Amino acid sequence: MRIREHPILRFKERSKIAFTFDGRTLYGEAGDTIAGALHANGVKELSRSLHLHRPRGFYCAIGNCASCHMTVDGEANVRTCITPLKAGMVVKTQQGKGRVDGY
Amino acid sequence: MGTEEAVVIGAGPAGLFAAYELLLAGADVTLIDRAAQAGGQLVKQTHKFFGSKEHYASIRGIDIRHRLEHALEKNGDGRLRTLYSTTVAGFYADGALACVKAERYYRLHPEVVVVATGASERTVAFAGNDLPGVYAAGAVQTLMNEQGIRPGNRALMVGSGNIGLIVAYQLMQAGIQVERVVEAADEIGGYQVHASKLRRLGVPIETKTTIKRAFGTNQVEGAEIWRLDAKGEGIAGSEERLTVDTVCLAVGLSPLVELLSQLSVDTRFIPEFGGVAPVLDETYMTSRPGVFACGDVANVEEASTAMVEGRLAGIHAAGYLNRQIPRRKEKIQALETSLRTLRSGPASEHVRKGLRKVGEHA
Amino acid sequence: MLKETGVAEPRMIRSVFPDSRVLVKPKAIIECYEAIPCDPCETACPTGAIEVGADINARPVLDVDACTGCRRCVTACPGLAIFVVSIQEDKAVFTVPYEMLPLPEEGALVNVADRCGQPIGTGEVRKVRKHADRTASITFATDKGLLYEAVTVVVDDG
Ligand SMILES: Cc1cc2nc3c(=O)[nH]c(=O)nc-3n(C[C@H](O)[C@H](O)[C@H](O)COP(=O)(O)OP(=O)(O)OC[C@H]3O[C@@H](n4cnc5c(N)ncnc54)[C@H](O)[C@@H]3O)c2cc1C
Ligand code: SF4
Ligand code: SF4
Ligand code: FES
Repeated sequence: MRIREHPILRFKERSKIAFTFDGRTLYGEAGDTIAGALHANGVKELSRSLHLHRPRGFYCAIGNCASCHMTVDGEANVRTCITPLKAGMVVKTQQGKGRVDGY
Repeated sequence: MGTEEAVVIGAGPAGLFAAYELLLAGADVTLIDRAAQAGGQLVKQTHKFFGSKEHYASIRGIDIRHRLEHALEKNGDGRLRTLYSTTVAGFYADGALACVKAERYYRLHPEVVVVATGASERTVAFAGNDLPGVYAAGAVQTLMNEQGIRPGNRALMVGSGNIGLIVAYQLMQAGIQVERVVEAADEIGGYQVHASKLRRLGVPIETKTTIKRAFGTNQVEGAEIWRLDAKGEGIAGSEERLTVDTVCLAVGLSPLVELLSQLSVDTRFIPEFGGVAPVLDETYMTSRPGVFACGDVANVEEASTAMVEGRLAGIHAAGYLNRQIPRRKEKIQALETSLRTLRSGPASEHVRKGLRKVGEHA
Repeated sequence: MLKETGVAEPRMIRSVFPDSRVLVKPKAIIECYEAIPCDPCETACPTGAIEVGADINARPVLDVDACTGCRRCVTACPGLAIFVVSIQEDKAVFTVPYEMLPLPEEGALVNVADRCGQPIGTGEVRKVRKHADRTASITFATDKGLLYEAVTVVVDDG
């Protein structure tokens, strides 16, 4: 899902970064946001709605709407659409509002 | 006396130009944006802009941004402080601003504030509009034009204003097939030239048509569109199923007035601007002395007009600080004329209407 | 209707073409049918052949005699609304703006498409020019009979 050739823009291949998503090891690229890296791996479902547990993806991509909240390195409610990916991050789908201990 | 002389919130075209004029007038300026870089909407705009030479016409948004930044640096003279990746979260009655950067809070207390926060994207109600794969048009732009990642392979665009048409074109450029552009109104909302260049790529645009629902188990697997009757109601039996994995909503913008609302400045609901907009006097000042607003947060329009408004707001804010500006009157007159010309055409009818409404109230 | 479909009607298309006898030399065809605040076509033209005038919302007007067919306006127009065309024997030779990938190869036989993107015939790619501002232009020759219909090429990304 990465754009390698574009008529207007240049996207250089950047160094690979490993992280885990719900226990699976995935790879992103340096400079990705967490949500971007998940997208590039075909993962669009980032969270579940509070009451009906409907799947949620990201909507605004600029940190406005909360639909991309995930648990990252034990911290809940991280806005993954604007948070840069770092090597070794442990990213989890968040159930419900997220507790202080991250689960 | 505040701790800062001038704070500009938002580093889009309006904020950048407000900062530029304040710097020219000799003021110390703090420019804040929640994004990691300056440019606002410009950083996602890969197409060439309209307008005239003075508005950077025929130059792509992504390139205009670099020119503006360069101009700022040149005139900064050590008096410009930029705070990026910083969100202004609070605007208090005493005029103080609460800023958040990397989970830490900062307090600023400026003498003048120029609010240039732009607009936020609206959404629209339909079944399945919360499924992963339904995005605001701007989010799709961020993903593909900033991060180089495709949202999917086949898309439906809802809305045929300039943003819908341009983002549909950009989707095609990124290798995503746009199956259809649907528009609820009788006519295409955006410029004819944008519509024509999309049609030339084989993308159908259907008016009097909208999305009925998006479906899929864990993400969008398809969408159903249907035609609308004269009353705007969906016509039973006219449904058509499209196999798409991406639904992109470009159904309008609303001014991002949250900060101004916290200050309780006078605002007014202006349907032409997609929501509540601050009431401004002829110096771009809100009902709160020393607080100015310009660009999309004041009236949802274009980068070209946002730049001119930004300059005017910057000049007036400098005036409020008693900063001397050479040939001030001529400068203001020239900028106002430029704005009037930009807005004089039929494409700006709604803007003129909206501005009249704001004016009636002021 | 143009405002409902985004596709100009034949009558409108004819109105922006000069008499076909003039087209022995390449001339700009400006398909900018709506009054919008825009004028870089005027700024770009080295011979002053395009006039928008003091009111930036006015539609551009071409002085056909002053147009040398230099193609500068083709890539300057942000609306990609201008192409240059000439008639050479039984061929209509178009130079159109192009912002997609892949670009066709020079000499390739390609499908030629109309204003709805539908293939209507074939054409030979004569020249592909890349520009620093990343809007390319493609010169192709097709059947003279497609003068009022052809506007672009369809390149297979195979
Ligand atoms: C798809 C698309 C195509 C367009 N095409 C054109 C075109 O061809 N020609 C044209 O003239 N115009 C075009 N526009 C419109 C143009 O981009 C906008 O009108 C213009 O960017 C408005 O400028 P602005 O500075 O008011 O707001 P913005 O550019 O939106 O900038 C606002 C800035 O404020 C920041 N901000 C908001 N809230 C806060 C906060 N609380 N704290 C800190 N920072 C904050 C944001 O991060 C942002 O950087 C287009 C817009 C879109 C979406
Ligand atoms: S082709 Fe050249 S001379 Fe003719 S209108 Fe365009 S820029 Fe002017
Ligand atoms: S530059 Fe293109 S879109 Fe702008 S006025 Fe000229 S022909 Fe029309
Ligand atoms: S997608 Fe809206 S906050 Fe992340």
